[in-house]
Amino acid sequence: MARTRLARLRPALGVVPFGVYLLIFLVVPTVTVVIGAFAEDGRPSLANLAGLVEPSVLTALLNSVLVSAVTALIGGVVGALVAYAVVTGKPDGALRRLVTSVCGVLAQFGGVTLAFAFIATLGISGVVSTWLDANLGTGLTSSVWLFGLKGLVLVYAYFQIPLMVIVFLPALDGVRVQWREAASNLGATTWQYWRLVGLPLLTPAFLGSLLLLFANSFAAYATAAALVSQGSPIIPLWIRSALTSEVVLGRQNFAYALALEMIVIVAVVMAGYSLLVRRTARWVR
Amino acid sequence: MVLPDVHQKFVGPGGTRPDQGGHPRRPGPGELTGRRGPRSCSVRLRGRAILSTVTGGATLRGRGRDHVQRAREGGDRSRTMRTTRTSRRFTSRITAAVATATAITLLGAGCAPPAKTADPAASTSGAATWTSAQAAGGMDALVAEAKKEGTLNVIALPPDWANYGTIISTFESKYGIKVDSAQPDAASQDEINAADQQKGTDRAPDVFDLGQAVALANTAKFAPYQVSTWDTIPTNFKDSSGLWVNDYGGYMSIGYDTAKVPAPSGVKDLLKPEYKGKVALNGDPTQAGAAFNGVVMTSLANGGSADDIQPGIDFFADLKKAGNFLPTDPTSATIESGQTPLVIDWDYLNAAESAKISTWKVTVPSDALVGGYYFQAVSKDAPHPAAARLWQEFLYSDEGQNLFLGGGARPVRADAMQKAGTIDAAAYGKLPPISGEPTILTTDQSTKAADVLSKEWSKATS
Amino acid sequence: MGPVSGTVTRGTSPQRAARRRLTVFRVVVLGLVGLFFVVPLVSMLDFSTRSFRTGGRTGAAWAKLVTDPQLSGAIVTSLVLAVLTVVLMVVLLVPTMIWVRLRVPWAARPLEFLCLLPLTVPPLVIVVGLKNVVLWLNYLFGDTPYVLALLYVVLVLPYAYRALDAGLSAIDVTTLAEAARSLGAGWATVIVRVVVPNLTTALLSAAFISIALVLGEFTFASLLNYDTLQVAINLQAKSDAQESIAASLASILFAAVLLVVLSVVSGGRRRRSASASARTTAVTTGTPAPTTPAQA
Repeated sequence: MARTRLARLRPALGVVPFGVYLLIFLVVPTVTVVIGAFAEDGRPSLANLAGLVEPSVLTALLNSVLVSAVTALIGGVVGALVAYAVVTGKPDGALRRLVTSVCGVLAQFGGVTLAFAFIATLGISGVVSTWLDANLGTGLTSSVWLFGLKGLVLVYAYFQIPLMVIVFLPALDGVRVQWREAASNLGATTWQYWRLVGLPLLTPAFLGSLLLLFANSFAAYATAAALVSQGSPIIPLWIRSALTSEVVLGRQNFAYALALEMIVIVAVVMAGYSLLVRRTARWVR
Repeated sequence: MVLPDVHQKFVGPGGTRPDQGGHPRRPGPGELTGRRGPRSCSVRLRGRAILSTVTGGATLRGRGRDHVQRAREGGDRSRTMRTTRTSRRFTSRITAAVATATAITLLGAGCAPPAKTADPAASTSGAATWTSAQAAGGMDALVAEAKKEGTLNVIALPPDWANYGTIISTFESKYGIKVDSAQPDAASQDEINAADQQKGTDRAPDVFDLGQAVALANTAKFAPYQVSTWDTIPTNFKDSSGLWVNDYGGYMSIGYDTAKVPAPSGVKDLLKPEYKGKVALNGDPTQAGAAFNGVVMTSLANGGSADDIQPGIDFFADLKKAGNFLPTDPTSATIESGQTPLVIDWDYLNAAESAKISTWKVTVPSDALVGGYYFQAVSKDAPHPAAARLWQEFLYSDEGQNLFLGGGARPVRADAMQKAGTIDAAAYGKLPPISGEPTILTTDQSTKAADVLSKEWSKATS
Repeated sequence: MGPVSGTVTRGTSPQRAARRRLTVFRVVVLGLVGLFFVVPLVSMLDFSTRSFRTGGRTGAAWAKLVTDPQLSGAIVTSLVLAVLTVVLMVVLLVPTMIWVRLRVPWAARPLEFLCLLPLTVPPLVIVVGLKNVVLWLNYLFGDTPYVLALLYVVLVLPYAYRALDAGLSAIDVTTLAEAARSLGAGWATVIVRVVVPNLTTALLSAAFISIALVLGEFTFASLLNYDTLQVAINLQAKSDAQESIAASLASILFAAVLLVVLSVVSGGRRRRSASASARTTAVTTGTPAPTTPAQA
């Protein structure tokens, strides 16, 4: 096809506005963060990166990773079960559509509204906590576990489970009934089928979804900001503290370094997710 | 002619129509949506696996099998109908264009925009340069100019903080100037951030009310102004050139609900089991000035000093271990609902709660007297400079200072007003009695303590 | 074809038992998880209507949603922002995606990568690096909270891209465009008058997801000091917990109603279109309609 280079380039101009928009609003902030992490007071410096390995920041990183991993696991397992329960119903049925759209809403629920929902439920004068205290003698109304890491895990599960359902449903859709039939033709029990056929095929997709959930939980800010006011137990809250603290000043660039740390971790996790999903694509056609 | 070209353009990559699939398409696992129909341009980029789409898009649907093979064996970018050589040159051109665009945009957006010229009204009146009421031509001229501006932007002034709600409404009704109170919940650093962000706009803050650390670090943003009552303000409560003045202050105190907890006789009492799950600090000491001074107070009570905040951190660690520490932010909502029956906070803030709840009492521990004053300043880039200066005059007038007193705060001109007899004696008498010399941290001590806190606080309270 | 299901042939006893087990499993899982999700919502309703003094029920907190000027101002700001974001997203994304599909097919992969990039870069990181961009925006547009719409489009991109991509895959864009072009239509007409009307459900889906996202967005607004719904709710919580919880529940219910309506509408459309056209992929593969909210 003898087209001049210019002629080939011309149609691409239609994509330029979009590219420019993304450049300004996505690439520039990211690059600002990356450059700012290596600067201090306008001069290049590694001081902020050195600050990243301070014990309190490392503890926050560990907490972040821990909370993300636990919520990814909880969300992954429960979400997979819910997805399975939904997928075994009618493909076009009301249940499936209802669950999909409700999960769509709840996966976005996070943030201030979610924090308040749980404060209203399990907080110090929450509905469920007062009921549990009255009927089961638990000490929930005088305990503050909701505002610590344990509470964060429970609250994060609220949007991790729907996200898992949404991400994992297509994978379950790909598991064909012919496999099941073939397996039972060869004499396999349900357990054998799952152990030898179903689970191995679903594992890459499952692990990939877990990674997606991990990245989602790691990057979450609004919920923790609304729920936790004392201390900065996780990295996003450290960023908030570095930007808005009136006690320890001059940590703008440290916030950049923390943000760089976040990008790196989330990018690595998402790359792993992408690779895993690529593997699964081989099976499900 | 259009037609032959059209045909070429509309054939999808691989020479096949995108939606001619052998079988109905199944969505790839891990895809974020159940998609229908084949994807016309999904190409597996082996070598660029990392750079490729973040979610699994690598499903090949409805495409020729040869493409599947080639993509699998290749490890190369899958080719469309173009020849290899032209597409390489093409790619390099695209890369060059992208690189240029990136560089230009980065340069442009990386730099700050040109500074906006000052508000026309302000520049003609020159109010931004007035350093006192005399420079304005007298109080009446200042009032007239301020009324012409018509608006005042304040920031981070909660209505129940040192009676700011009443102060604002009194100012509004007295001079007919509308006060726009932004972000009442913001902290001092947020005020500076807002001033930076909104510089040159009509919404930028006109005046600041800042904690010590932030105020002294940002004097370059203030405009000097000496109020009419300048001489009655003690020297160590103001900057000599008028860049900042202390407006009100207080002492760290313990506020408590007598209906829910017994009265604490000192800071060390808070470790007792009667206060289990009931001791709250107003904010995070690594972020909020009030909480920071609260930790300084507990440090003083436990053998620390202005230079040593570690005993305070240890005290809170002990509180946490005993289960007495409540890591929630006490607000008037939580205090009224009984969630936070004991709060360590400035005495004027606790006093505001006494006005709302009859059983709320405030005590200032005699063995740990920590004082702190807030810093008032006029913004150098104030969009309403005359109104800003009038606000200063109002705050430091007898009326304004007495309004602070009404909120339980100690006005900076308290001594002078007491001597002159203009102080609100009833309100002054209601202030919690203090004995001893208060400790007020200097900037260096604050910085050192903040440094220690940022390292040790999370460890102590997590 | 179709999902793993217990719809094996009836009659034999072990299979009936297996089906029963499956049903029990489904009921238990969906019931328990459903409880976990409904209880906080019900608690919010209970908390916001509780009268602390009298111990009965009161709708005072809900009434304050409209009477409190600060909250109602923030609600209006958020709604306008949502509409602006949807408009900007449509104007920016739809022509680009159609154009890429029709004229620049080699850009499809990079486009997909770019659209899904905001998933990798956390919003918190974006807002940290946005200082200069916001200064420029304020310089160009004055100081209004509506410049947030430009920033929100970035957040909305992945979800909108997914919904629109699914919609575009489901229709035969090339044939439509070819037919229109051969009848003499210009590219603008092709995009606006030929392709877009076929994308209504996908557009609605993308729009509703964007609205839900903008209404729930807190990070950008709070760290850039704008007064939107979520920021106002967070602020309100300091003085009036019940009112803020009522506002939270209202915003969630609004987004939920939008998306459930969308799923009903898209379900109805799908049934109608599936019977009308020769394509039966949706029914046979049992996938959810591409236009139901994907990852919202």
